[in-house]
Amino acid sequence: MKTKDIVYVALFAALTAVLGLFPPITLPVTGVPVTAQSLGPMLAGAILGARRGGLSIVLFLVLVAVGLPLLSGGRGGFGVMIGVTGGFMFGWAISAFVIGLLIEKFWNRLNVLNAALSIAFGGIVVLYAIGNAWVAVVAEISYWQATVGAAPFLIGDAIKVAIATAACLAVRRAYPLISKAG
Amino acid sequence: MIAGLYIDGQSALHRAAAGAKILAMVALGTGVFLIPDWPVVGFVLATVLLLYPVSGLGPRIMWTQIKPILWLLVIFFAVQLWLNDWQAGMLVVTRIAAIVMFASLVTLTTKTSDLLASLERAMQPLRPIGVNPEKVSLAISMVLRFIPVISTVASEIRDAQRARGLDRSIVAMVVPLIIRTLKMADDVADAIDARSFD
Repeated sequence: MKTKDIVYVALFAALTAVLGLFPPITLPVTGVPVTAQSLGPMLAGAILGARRGGLSIVLFLVLVAVGLPLLSGGRGGFGVMIGVTGGFMFGWAISAFVIGLLIEKFWNRLNVLNAALSIAFGGIVVLYAIGNAWVAVVAEISYWQATVGAAPFLIGDAIKVAIATAACLAVRRAYPLISKAG
Repeated sequence: MIAGLYIDGQSALHRAAAGAKILAMVALGTGVFLIPDWPVVGFVLATVLLLYPVSGLGPRIMWTQIKPILWLLVIFFAVQLWLNDWQAGMLVVTRIAAIVMFASLVTLTTKTSDLLASLERAMQPLRPIGVNPEKVSLAISMVLRFIPVISTVASEIRDAQRARGLDRSIVAMVVPLIIRTLKMADDVADAIDARSFD
């Protein structure tokens, strides 16, 4: 890894931490809190690509695990990493990697549709597949029941996919970082 | 500088090696999943809870640890009650509480710097597969340095967009934040290279 890559990885980990400082927005009707922090993995993958994006979230999670209160609401430590929502924490890193992989693949013909689908696949399908599996094991419920329980959070995630897509395309025009692959 | 979640103390748990505490946490986490009886897991939980006052941590600190997941525990108990019986609910709830309370205890009694030091030691054998502990340490210190910087940039952008009437648009907030972060990264990388790191 070049020095510049290390710096990108570190700065996106810091950016993910800063996104956690924004106050959460509570959705009307359902009352589900939506935090800006989960934009971090989507942006890291979509802007830095698979390797650097995934590593920046791994780095962020390492700092959370060693006891820094970087998660939104000032949470951190091993409790949140291996607790009920631990699957979503580890899932963030994989989600960033998958998003990066897909965005790299579509890089030369990236448009609103394939960017949004890439981010939605990595940021929702992959993330919830891992997160729900973890919840199902910890709570001794079926995978299907865990999925139903997580459904109210999807509204917030759909909003975040839209934001990340717009940001990814704008940054691609202004400051492209992913080199032209296939 | 960001303060860690560590709470200073002199107890045996505070003095124990970070690596040992992590191993104990992994052992407890695995153990409670192998035990199928809730009274046994309940006993483990009671022991973990007893370790808090022993380590000089009061009830207010204990409450702070369990509060964020309390509503989940209530839901999980209700779901088990509905699907199976109350014993199954107790097993799930005591198990999660035991894991979370012990993991939080490790976090509260171990300095962040000690955990980072054991992380660096643990990474040494990974050198052959391309992990460079010095570069990881560099990245970690950079994150800590740049959280306040990026946070300042974020509030500058918020003020600027408010002046334009764009303070309710998240995209108008996030895009300049990313671009300024990336620009900053270029300068930082140049500065590091100029000092011949690597």
